[in-house]
Amino acid sequence: MTKKEILVLEDLLGSNKKIAADIRNQLSKKGILAVNLLSSPGAGKTMLLEKLSEVLKPDYKMAVIEGDIETERDAERIRAKGIPAWQIMTGGACHLEAKMIGRLFPDIPADLDFLFIENVGNLVCPASFDLGEHLRCVLLSTPEGDDKPKKYPKAFITSDSLIISKSDLVSILPFDIERVSKEALEMNPRLEIFVLSSLNGDGIKELSDYFIQALHKLRSDHA
Amino acid sequence: MHELSLITNLFDILEKQANDKNAKKIVHVKLQVGVLSGAVPELLESAFDIYKKDTIAREAAITIEKVPLKMDCKDCKAELISNDYILTCSQCGSSNLKTIAGTELILEKIELEI
Ligand SMILES: Nc1nc2c(ncn2[C@@H]2O[C@H](COP(=O)(O)OP(=O)(O)OP(=O)(O)O)[C@@H](O)[C@H]2O)c(=O)[nH]1
Ligand SMILES: [Mg+2]
Ligand SMILES: [Zn+2]
Repeated sequence: MTKKEILVLEDLLGSNKKIAADIRNQLSKKGILAVNLLSSPGAGKTMLLEKLSEVLKPDYKMAVIEGDIETERDAERIRAKGIPAWQIMTGGACHLEAKMIGRLFPDIPADLDFLFIENVGNLVCPASFDLGEHLRCVLLSTPEGDDKPKKYPKAFITSDSLIISKSDLVSILPFDIERVSKEALEMNPRLEIFVLSSLNGDGIKELSDYFIQALHKLRSDHA
Repeated sequence: MHELSLITNLFDILEKQANDKNAKKIVHVKLQVGVLSGAVPELLESAFDIYKKDTIAREAAITIEKVPLKMDCKDCKAELISNDYILTCSQCGSSNLKTIAGTELILEKIELEI
């Protein structure tokens, strides 16, 4: 019997990264912009998608992948808006992985403009898994408190934009939008920040314009 | 708790390595885990010990090296090292920093019996 030491140097997330890169590449070629929405449970991801669908639907084709531990509820809410939606039930897993998106790939229509992916409500684990998205957006709702970026750094560091949601409640909460924006920008200077309410519609147009712009950029980059 | 899913990936790599090398068993596994990797070393260890039963690594010990966050200041060129997320350069106050290490999640090496 001989003992042997072997240098491996392999990334534990390597297989996820590879699948994600492949998904991103295929979506880019089709001209579909994929957006990964991250937040703690109940920050307003589904309601934002419901609201966005109203703004985007007249001119753009969108679809939604919903990630939840259990139930079809979120996908049903999206379908009720006339938007195609697939529900991934992770059965306990606290995050989506690229291979789960990959399995749905054959069903995704090639003529889409936007593919939104609502991750499992969790501000920690989903941040480690690239799903092949072009844009990662982290939602922070005003009732959660303005001290979150530093407490959950990875979600904020790895995102392209920060969406401060439920802005309609800010007048009755001790939530300082400037403080949270400053802290988040110090951690990640490339963050684009949006403040919005899916209840009264404030800020929804700005966010949808941002997605539309990103879609045009993606298409001109891959033309 | 996504550590179990990371350990599942680890075992995919371990089984492939053991196969390639015709190993009888794996006796030691060494990981490098950055402070900003998003994974908790203690949870990785627990998940490893649960998962290893009935595998080629059932007798294996695991060692996890925690890699601190290392950043370079792009303005004053200082090298900053910390176990926390660094927002600004301690030398010049700049927030123009580049991450050099601390996000990795790597199987560094294994010890086999052949
Ligand atoms: N006041 C206010 N409430 C909102 C807003 N957006 C969402 N809500 C409420 O917040 C709750 C959670 O909203 P969801 O859209 O289901 O949140 P989610 O992030 O999809 O939740 P999970 O999928 O369970 O993680 C619901 O009761 C919504 O009505 C908003 O802009 N303002
Ligand atoms: Mg939801
Ligand atoms: Zn400096």
